Amino acid sequence: MNDLTLGERLRQRGVSRRGFMKFCAATASMMALPPMMIPKVAAALEQAKKPSVIWLSFQECTACTESLTRSHAPSIEGLIFDHISLDYHHTLQAAAGHAAEHAREEAMKEHWGKYLVVVDGSIPMGANGAYSTVAGHSNVDTMHEVAEGAAAIIAVGTCAAYGGLPMADPNPTDAVSVEDLVTDKPIVNVPGCPPIPTVMTGVLAHFLTFGRLPELDHLKRPKVFYGQNIHDRCYRRPFYERGEFAETFDDEGARKGWCLYKLGCKGPTTYNACATAKWNEGTSWPVEAGHGCIGCSEPRFWDAGGFYQALSVPTSDVGSTILTAGAAGLAVGAAAAVLNKKTKGAAVANRETITIKDLSKES
Amino acid sequence: MDANELLIWARGPGFDIALTIFVVGMLLRLLEVLALGKKPDLSAPRGSGPEGAVRTLIARTLPRKTVFDKEPLRIINGYVLHIGFFIVLFLYGPHIAFFESFLGFGWPALPSGIVDAISAITILSLIAALVFRMNNNVMRFLSTPGDYIAWAVTLLPVLTGYLAYNHLLLPYTLMLALHLLSVELLLVVAPFTKLTHMFSFAMARWYQGYQAGRRGVES
Repeated sequence: MNDLTLGERLRQRGVSRRGFMKFCAATASMMALPPMMIPKVAAALEQAKKPSVIWLSFQECTACTESLTRSHAPSIEGLIFDHISLDYHHTLQAAAGHAAEHAREEAMKEHWGKYLVVVDGSIPMGANGAYSTVAGHSNVDTMHEVAEGAAAIIAVGTCAAYGGLPMADPNPTDAVSVEDLVTDKPIVNVPGCPPIPTVMTGVLAHFLTFGRLPELDHLKRPKVFYGQNIHDRCYRRPFYERGEFAETFDDEGARKGWCLYKLGCKGPTTYNACATAKWNEGTSWPVEAGHGCIGCSEPRFWDAGGFYQALSVPTSDVGSTILTAGAAGLAVGAAAAVLNKKTKGAAVANRETITIKDLSKES
Repeated sequence: MDANELLIWARGPGFDIALTIFVVGMLLRLLEVLALGKKPDLSAPRGSGPEGAVRTLIARTLPRKTVFDKEPLRIINGYVLHIGFFIVLFLYGPHIAFFESFLGFGWPALPSGIVDAISAITILSLIAALVFRMNNNVMRFLSTPGDYIAWAVTLLPVLTGYLAYNHLLLPYTLMLALHLLSVELLLVVAPFTKLTHMFSFAMARWYQGYQAGRRGVES
């Protein structure tokens, strides 16, 4: 069973050739590849062997796993996910305790230098890593150990990619992201809270097809999925252009589906594929459901002010700053006025009489 | 520091610092002028002071024929610049959201595309203003570094806003952060340059108009 190629496995599951080609075409277009690449994608995926994947869960909430294991099940994407040899995933695997750890060590030994590591969750550095341990090993130790023999690391979810909520001010566990810790391995960040399932399978499909990771942007995100911001691809954009904004969640504008900018939508500064890939088999996505984007796939979105505060509104209390500064300004102004009066008074008092003689050039 | 960090700083502590300097600085400058006071005028008034003040407030907002005939382009450009700046500042949706956040009330926004076009016109108008200044010997001679600084800090917010909106030059997040920082620069610099005229123009016109009105002089 383990030696089956992806093509064989899919046929075994009753996936037709037509269905498989459709998936390859969709994957190719999703990855922004030209149509002539579709047969190549199909051929590569057909022959793809089962890659060994070690999944490490650190400081996380399991939503990334929840999201990915429900990726369009039981679609072909789901089967692709089935195709990988998930040798270690402590939420999903049947084994527990020593047996689970043993499975990880075995997989590492057998596929040294070739296995993929998927990480969800941030890594706590405080108290020598004691804030999060698995089987008596701190996350930071496990990360270093497993990363050493990895072909590549996929940081799934914003916590693994950028530190996420555990890193939020004041970052009590001194949490860091995967790329903060591992610097000598190829890393792909697939941020999102949680990330879109198809994006995750897309990255896997790319790896299976080409044997390498997709092209990344400056934040190590696959460009094809994180190349455009939500705002630019948003179906509510025309309302923004017309200056039509929902002011509350239940006003007429909200009912008419107007732009959610004023209700705090972070679409303009968020780069993700939600607006095009959508969620739950393309059913909907946050903005379509009537709630602004919270920017969950961006670094430090958790410290970027209120979710319901418009992007153009400062995160501090402008009103009280104006009042405080106003009071200070009045005091400073009054003090300056008194000082000026005093200076003027002193000048008048000390004025010397000047005659025409004093002004003549000869003197 | 990446773009997100910069934006967080610009939207938080950065804005607070700039706003504080702006408010304190502006009050300091205005109070200093007001505190100069004036000696009591014991002469019998020949006309109405307040009437003259209101007349001057209006008259100096309208073009004066003698000056207009001399340099019509420069005068028209002055209007384009000021009106354009006002529209961009007060009638763009996201800007209204900003004012609403501390005023507690908002007003309808213009379509973004129109504001975009007007900001382009405002940028061109600001460039034209510099060209007029450089091409006029007298104005160039009278110009101080403060004039050029005031020009630059006025141009930057409009320019970065335009570039951000149209996704030009830099990624949006970074450009938005630069836009906010340029606004903060304007706030910091304004009280200490001729940009104080944004408030003092009314005071000055009132004072001079009042003096003229009281003396029964046309103004």
